[in-house]
Amino acid sequence: MSTTSLTTGPRWARLPRRHVPVLVTLALLLVMYGIGVSQYRAFSNVQVIFNVFIDNGFLLVVAVGMTFVILTGGIDLSVGSVVAMTAMVSAWLLESGLPALPVLIIALLIGPTLGFLMGCAIHFFDIQPFIVTLAGMFFARGMCTFISDSSIRITDGFWTTMAQYRIGDPRGNFVSVSVLIAFAVVLIAAYVLAYTRLGRNVYAIGGNPQSALLMGLPVGRTRIAVYTISGLCSAIGGILLSFYTLSGAPLIAVGMELDVIAAVVIGGTVLTGGSGYVFGTVLGVLVLGVIQTLITFDGSLNSWWTKIVIGGLLFAFILFQRLIGIRYK
Amino acid sequence: MTDSRPVLTMTGISKSFPGVRALHNVDFRLFPGEVHALMGENGAGKSTLIKVLTGVYGIDEGTITLGDEQVAFSGPMQASAAGVSTVYQEVNLCPNLSVAENIFIGREPRLLGAVRWGEVRRRARQLLTRLDLDIDVTAPVASYSLAVQQMVAIARAIDVQARVLILDEPTSSLDATEVAQLFRVMRQLRDEGIAILFVTHFLDQVYGIADRITVLRNGTLVGEYPIAELPQLALVEKMIGKELDVLERLEEQPRRELAAVEGGTPFVAVSELGRKGAVAPFSLTIHAGEVVGLAGLLGSGRTEAARLFFGADRADRGEVTVNGKPTSLRNPVQAIEYGIGFCSENRRAEGIIPDLSVRENMILAMQAARGWLRPIPRRRQDELVEQYIKALSIRPANPDVPVRNLSGGNQQKVLLARWLITEPRLLILDEPTRGIDIGAKAEIQKLVVQLSDGGMAVLFISAELEEVLRLSHKVAVMRDREMVAQLDNDDTVDAERVMQTIASGSTRKEASQ
Repeated sequence: MSTTSLTTGPRWARLPRRHVPVLVTLALLLVMYGIGVSQYRAFSNVQVIFNVFIDNGFLLVVAVGMTFVILTGGIDLSVGSVVAMTAMVSAWLLESGLPALPVLIIALLIGPTLGFLMGCAIHFFDIQPFIVTLAGMFFARGMCTFISDSSIRITDGFWTTMAQYRIGDPRGNFVSVSVLIAFAVVLIAAYVLAYTRLGRNVYAIGGNPQSALLMGLPVGRTRIAVYTISGLCSAIGGILLSFYTLSGAPLIAVGMELDVIAAVVIGGTVLTGGSGYVFGTVLGVLVLGVIQTLITFDGSLNSWWTKIVIGGLLFAFILFQRLIGIRYK
Repeated sequence: MTDSRPVLTMTGISKSFPGVRALHNVDFRLFPGEVHALMGENGAGKSTLIKVLTGVYGIDEGTITLGDEQVAFSGPMQASAAGVSTVYQEVNLCPNLSVAENIFIGREPRLLGAVRWGEVRRRARQLLTRLDLDIDVTAPVASYSLAVQQMVAIARAIDVQARVLILDEPTSSLDATEVAQLFRVMRQLRDEGIAILFVTHFLDQVYGIADRITVLRNGTLVGEYPIAELPQLALVEKMIGKELDVLERLEEQPRRELAAVEGGTPFVAVSELGRKGAVAPFSLTIHAGEVVGLAGLLGSGRTEAARLFFGADRADRGEVTVNGKPTSLRNPVQAIEYGIGFCSENRRAEGIIPDLSVRENMILAMQAARGWLRPIPRRRQDELVEQYIKALSIRPANPDVPVRNLSGGNQQKVLLARWLITEPRLLILDEPTRGIDIGAKAEIQKLVVQLSDGGMAVLFISAELEEVLRLSHKVAVMRDREMVAQLDNDDTVDAERVMQTIASGSTRKEASQ
């Protein structure tokens, strides 16, 4: 992974501090997977892991966008609604007879536009990201029901192909196209964060916005950019979700923003900004996915147990970050 | 060295803010290869001059010439691009990023848009070697001491072909070894021909590093002097703005006898009390009925020392005994319980609540001491408030006007009354007479004498030496955040002696241990 940007070699003396959160998440993931394998024979099937990716590809993409926002010390509550709105708009436009390509382009423009506007409000009027993106969340959700108050099925050829196309190995294990798209987004994001000025400015702003300003970095532009990126990722996530469900529904992905934030934090990104990696976010999403899978395999547990476990983990991780932070000072 | 032409010339600079003339017709020159100290008390206009130079503020009048060109920068970034870089008191770096990245962020060497990390690290090492600093450039900047961070900030500043390097109080949070390290770097840069503008409150440091001194006072230029022609005492005089003979001619007051109040257990005794970065360890005793004066220039650590007495800042070393019993002053609530009151220097920001009435402001500390669950009966309030309005002759004598409508002197009296109502055993007065008119000043001074005669201990902080000498039994002199002397206020002590002590720190005399 290109995210270990500044580490030249195996410098164990320093490695822990920056990488501890990610390593802990990795360890947690391995432990959970180990539990699954020891409890259920079918768990060791490679397809189980692939399914985690298939089921959570859209979540991963949205979480990547959220990672950018949280790295600057901000938050984006609108992502779930933007995902729903993108899926809804796509379904509605396809139903009205527009071909796939223009629908894709329009759908992919809506999210970043909203993100850009929210970023501008946050930067120029100096308003809390929490409030601005909360407003964005209500707006996007409202637009969903404005388009239709019931779900719209998608029958378009391109969409059904994307939903059904399997990329697999000879033994029958496969992933969907969405998973590849999600991986591409992850790789691009990791590159941007580690190797471009935009990415480095994101970290700098998260570290100390005041200093970043005095060091002459384009703080405002970067802030607006991260919300635009988050909007774009939500739009891509919305498209992937519509591939997955082959429909647009006004009440889909409700509360998804909270899952996404949980995944990013469990992946080791510090909520106050400045520290974290996209790779950690991938692990965070996998942790959520494996918890779901474990509970599904158990069969007797209520699916709300997923929420309870995630809640516990989230709390543990935030506490853990705090402790590391205190030692850091 | 100074025979060449100046790299920077500021001529006839004036700058006003609403109601304040911050700079008036100030000239300033800076030569290549010199360390030039800009001196003056707080509010003399040093910061404004720097901000005008770097384009943070526009200029009302005057010109700035850099090299051969007349310049007017739009902001620090443009100034830095033109070779005028500033390193501020607060280290402005991103703590989470590596040393190398902090030096180069915003102008990293790139190839097709991708940051070349190898090149960043190599050039960072090269730059730090030039500053004689051997550290791991890939470690986060937060893992190093403030001094090293300061140097990383300097490295960032000089990377852009700096001709002028402005160091705005870079040493205020460094300890002695760290300062030495910084000075080594400064000398190195000076020898390379960079012009360094150095702002500090520490007199020793000026004489340790500077080649020339420019003194500002109240926004005007006092003068520019080669270091050899301006001894420390003369520098202090120029900063304060009073000639010694003027001070000597001040009316002699009857001395207050130290012996009369000393003896027995001191009310508060501290030994080796200190806080890193605020004030060096000091020892001091205050007896009931004693007035101890804290003298020293602004920024010499007087307020910092007083805050330790009140628990407003926590000491990180030393011992405190109150009434002979060891204790530690951890917070103001505890100090108030011991009967210690603190009248803040900054009455607007830290003391007076402008929208509350005179009565409410006065009752505040007493109510806090009683706890909010036991309200003070209205009759008792009226009684107390009336008593102190009369005693301090507060005008208008109406307890229900909002304090914001009172003059500065009367606000100060209300603040004083607030603490007096709690009947403290030690009252700390931090610049109680600053910015108030002569009449009110005299009244407050008279009151201090009365209070101490009544058995209250007072720690009296003032920049005005005459005032300190008139009121105090004992004068402790602060300088460069260190208590350099304690003088019994007897016939041998006068303003000149105290001023010499402030300037040199040499007449150390241990009084009253």
